[in-house]
Amino acid sequence: MTIGLEHYLVVSAMLFVVGLAGVIVRRNLLVIYMSLELMLNAANLALVAFSRFTNNLDGQVFVFFVITVAAAEVAVGLALIVAVYRRRHTAYVEDLRTLKL
Amino acid sequence: MTLDALPWIVLFLPLAAAVLITLFTQRSRELSAALSIGAVVAGFVLSVIFRGLVGWDPAVRESPVTWLSVGDFQVGFGLRFDPLSLAMLLLVTFVAGLIHIYSWGYMREDRSQPRYFAGLSLFTFSMLGIVLSSNFVQLFVFWELVGVSSYNLIGFWYERPAAADAGKKAFLANRLGDFGFLIGILLVWNRLGSLNFEVLQGNLSANPQALGTLATAAGLLIFCGAVGKSAQFPLHVWLPDAMEGPTPVSALIHAATMVAAGVFMLCRVAFLLNGPSLEVIAWIGGFTALLSAIIGIQQDDIKRILAYSTLSQLGYMVMAVGLRGPTPAMYHLSTHAFFKALLFLGAGSVIVAMHHEQDIWKMGGLRKKLPVTFWTFLAGTLALCGLPPFSGFYSKDSILAQAAQHSSGLLIVGIIVAALTPFYMFRLLCVAFLGAGKSEAAGHAQESPQVMLWPMRFLAALSIAGGFIGIEQIYNRQFKGEQVETAATFLREVIAPFIRTPVPAFAGLAAALVGLAAAWALYAKAAHDPLPARLGALSRWMRNRFYFDELYEATFIRLHDSLAAIAGWIDRWIIAGVAVRGAHGTTELVGRALRLFQTGNVQTYAFLFAIGVALVLYLVLLSQ
Amino acid sequence: MTSVLFYILAFLTLVFGFLVIANPFSRSPVTSAMFLVLAIISLAGLFVLLHAYFLAAVQVLVYAGAVMVLFLFVIMLLDLRVEERRRIKILAAVGGLASAGIILGIFLHHLLVAPLGEGETPSVAGGTYALGRILFTQYVLPFEIVSVLLLVAMVGVVLLSKRDLK
Repeated sequence: MTIGLEHYLVVSAMLFVVGLAGVIVRRNLLVIYMSLELMLNAANLALVAFSRFTNNLDGQVFVFFVITVAAAEVAVGLALIVAVYRRRHTAYVEDLRTLKL
Repeated sequence: MTLDALPWIVLFLPLAAAVLITLFTQRSRELSAALSIGAVVAGFVLSVIFRGLVGWDPAVRESPVTWLSVGDFQVGFGLRFDPLSLAMLLLVTFVAGLIHIYSWGYMREDRSQPRYFAGLSLFTFSMLGIVLSSNFVQLFVFWELVGVSSYNLIGFWYERPAAADAGKKAFLANRLGDFGFLIGILLVWNRLGSLNFEVLQGNLSANPQALGTLATAAGLLIFCGAVGKSAQFPLHVWLPDAMEGPTPVSALIHAATMVAAGVFMLCRVAFLLNGPSLEVIAWIGGFTALLSAIIGIQQDDIKRILAYSTLSQLGYMVMAVGLRGPTPAMYHLSTHAFFKALLFLGAGSVIVAMHHEQDIWKMGGLRKKLPVTFWTFLAGTLALCGLPPFSGFYSKDSILAQAAQHSSGLLIVGIIVAALTPFYMFRLLCVAFLGAGKSEAAGHAQESPQVMLWPMRFLAALSIAGGFIGIEQIYNRQFKGEQVETAATFLREVIAPFIRTPVPAFAGLAAALVGLAAAWALYAKAAHDPLPARLGALSRWMRNRFYFDELYEATFIRLHDSLAAIAGWIDRWIIAGVAVRGAHGTTELVGRALRLFQTGNVQTYAFLFAIGVALVLYLVLLSQ
Repeated sequence: MTSVLFYILAFLTLVFGFLVIANPFSRSPVTSAMFLVLAIISLAGLFVLLHAYFLAAVQVLVYAGAVMVLFLFVIMLLDLRVEERRRIKILAAVGGLASAGIILGIFLHHLLVAPLGEGETPSVAGGTYALGRILFTQYVLPFEIVSVLLLVAMVGVVLLSKRDLK
C-alpha cells in the first residue's frame, strides 16, 4: 500500500514517546540528554514528512534550523553537565536536589 | 436674653455641674458639693422667677430647636411650657434641692463624695429633661439617661456585689419596659405622623380614628415604659433591690421623682390611651398597689418597707390614670413626692444614728433620742396614711373619688390598700420609734446634724400643708381646662371632700383608722413580730416577696442562660472551629499536598510535565 | 519497493531508539550513544525516502558526525564508571512509562482516526539548489540570526568549561 503521511507521523509519534520515557525513567544525566535528542529527531521527522506531503519547502527549512540550534544546544548542555560533574562529582540526576523546597 | 432662656439655663445647670465635677473637682469635696447644690438651688430660684413671670399657662408653649433633619423627617429638641411641666419643674427642683443639701450631711464621711454629687447632678439634669421635653424622641433620650443615672447611683458603692447586682437589675428591668415603649412610640409616629406632643394631640383630636385597630396596642406598649420606670407588676422587682443605694438616692430617685416619671409620661400622653388600654392600666395599677402593700406588712428592713410603700402608692397613681383621672394622679404624685422623700430622709437619719443598722427590730425608743426625726417622720407617716388635714388625705381621696365614679371594683381595692398602708407604716413607727430600745445601738443613737434636719422640716411643712396650696387646681388647668373653685373659707376647704364625695372620703378615713388601730394593738409594745405566729405560711410568703424573684430566675433567666449557652457553643465550635480553624486546616492540608510535588528532582518535574501534556492533549483533541 | 524500504527503516529506527534508553547489553552510556548514532542514521534514510536529500546529508554530517562525537568525548572526559546498580524505584518507573504510554495512546488514536492529507500527490524534492534558494532569499534573516546564535553558544561553552569560575 502506498506510504502516506500517517505512516511517517506514527513513526514520529512513537519515537517521540520513547524519548520521553527515557527522559523520565533513566537516571544518568547523559542518557537523559540523549533521549532528549531523540525527541528532537522525532520532531524533525514529522516536519519533513509534512513538508513533503504539502508540497512546501518551509518544513525543510525549519528542520535545517532545528538541527543547527540542536547542535548549539548540545554544546552548551554538555558544558553544563561537565561543570556540574566537576562540582558535585556525580552524574546522577537524583543527587542534584538543590531545587527542593 | 429672652424669657425662654431661663428654662434652658435651669435645664443645663445641673449638667454643667456634673461635667465640671467629673473633669475638674474630683479631689475637692467641698467644691463638688457646692457646685452640685448650687446648680439645683439656682435652678429652683430661676424656675420660681420664670413661673412668676409667665404664670401657669404661658402664651408661648414651646421653645424649639431643630436637632435632626433628614429629608422630610425632623426631630426637634425643645422645651414645653404648660401647667404640667411647670408644676413638675418646680417640684423637681425643690425636692432635689432639699435632698442635695441633705446629702451634704449624709455623705460627709464617704470618700467618693464628688462622684456621688456628679451622679446626682446628672440625674437632676435628666429628670428635668423628661419633665420639659416636647416630643417623644427627646423624652425617650432623657428617659434612658435617667435610667443610666439610676444605675450609676444604685451601684454607687460598687465594691459591694449586692449593690452592683441591684444596679444591673434596675437597668435591665427598665430596659425591658423601654423596649415596649419604643415600639409604641414608633407605632404612634407611623400612624399619626409626628412625634411632637402638641402636634400629636392636634392630629388625634382632628381625626380620632387615626390609630385605628392598633390603638389599644399602641396604648399598652406606651404603658410598658411606665411599667418599667414606675415599677408596676410584673416589672416591680427592681425597686426594693434598688435600696442598696445611698438613702438620699432612694429618696430622690426611687420615691419622689424618677419612678414618678412613668406616671408623668402617662399623663402627658393621656390623649393617646383608649378605653381598653386604660382598663388594663387601671387594673395593673390596682393590683400592684395591693400586692406591694401585702408584701410590705412583713418586711423588716426600714428601707424595704418604704420601698414597698412607694410601689403601692405608684400603683395608686397608675390606677388613677387608668380611671381617666390624670389630675388625681398628678396630685397624688406631688404630695407623695413630699412625704415619701421626707420619710426616706427620716429613715436615713435613723440609719446614720444607728450606725447603718437597718433592721427595725434592732431599733426602738428612738423617739426620745431623735426627737426632730421622730416628729417629722410622724408627719410624713400621717400624710401617707391619708388622715386629714394632711396632704395625703386629699390626694388619696381624689383618687378614690375617681374610682367611685368609674369602677367599684377598683374602689374596693383602693380602700383595702388604704387600710393596709397605715398598718405597715404604724408597725414601722411603733417598732422603730416607740417602746424600749431593742439593741445596744438603739441606746446610743444621737440626733443628726442640722444640715440634715432642715430639709426634713421643710418637707414636713409641705406634707402637712400640701393640700391647701392649690396643687390640684394647677393640674386641673392642664387636663380639664376649667378651674375648680376653691372653697370660701379655710375650714371649708379642710372638709371639702366630705361634702363633695362623701362615700369615698368616709370609707377611706374609716379604713385608715382601722389599719392604724390594728397596728397599734399588735405592735405598740411588741418585742417580736406577732404576725408570723398568727399567719404561718402566708407570713412566710409575704416575707419572701411572694417568690417573684425566684420565679423570674427559674423561667426567664434560665431561658436566657440556655440561649446564651447555645450561642456560645455555636460561636466556639461552628464559627471558630469549623469556619476559622477549618479554613486554616484545609489550606494547610492543600499546601502540604502540593508540596509533595516539589521534590527537587528534575525527573519528577519532567514526569509531571508529561502528565500535564497528556491531559491537555486529551482535552484539546477530545473537542475535535 | 519504497514501502518495503520504509517499513525496514522505520522498524530499525524504533528499535535503535528503544535500545538507547533500555539496552540490555551494558549499563554504560557509551552503548546508549552508539545506538543513538544508529538511530540517527536510520532516520537519515527515512529523510531520503521523503526526498529531502540535503537534510539527510546534513543529519548525518552534523548530528551523527558532530553532536554524537561531542557526546562521546564528554562521556570519556567524565570517565564514568559503569553505572552502579541503584535501586530502581518501581513506582517512578511505572509512572513514567504509564504517562508516556498515555500520550502515545492519544497520538495513535487521533492519528489513525483523523482523515489526513487530502491526497495531494507529493511532488517537491528537497534538493540542495531548491533549499539553498529559499534559504538565502526568504529566510535569510533567521539564517543570519542562527549564525549569531552559534557564536553565542561558543562563547558560553568556553566560559562554562573553565576550571574555576571567578
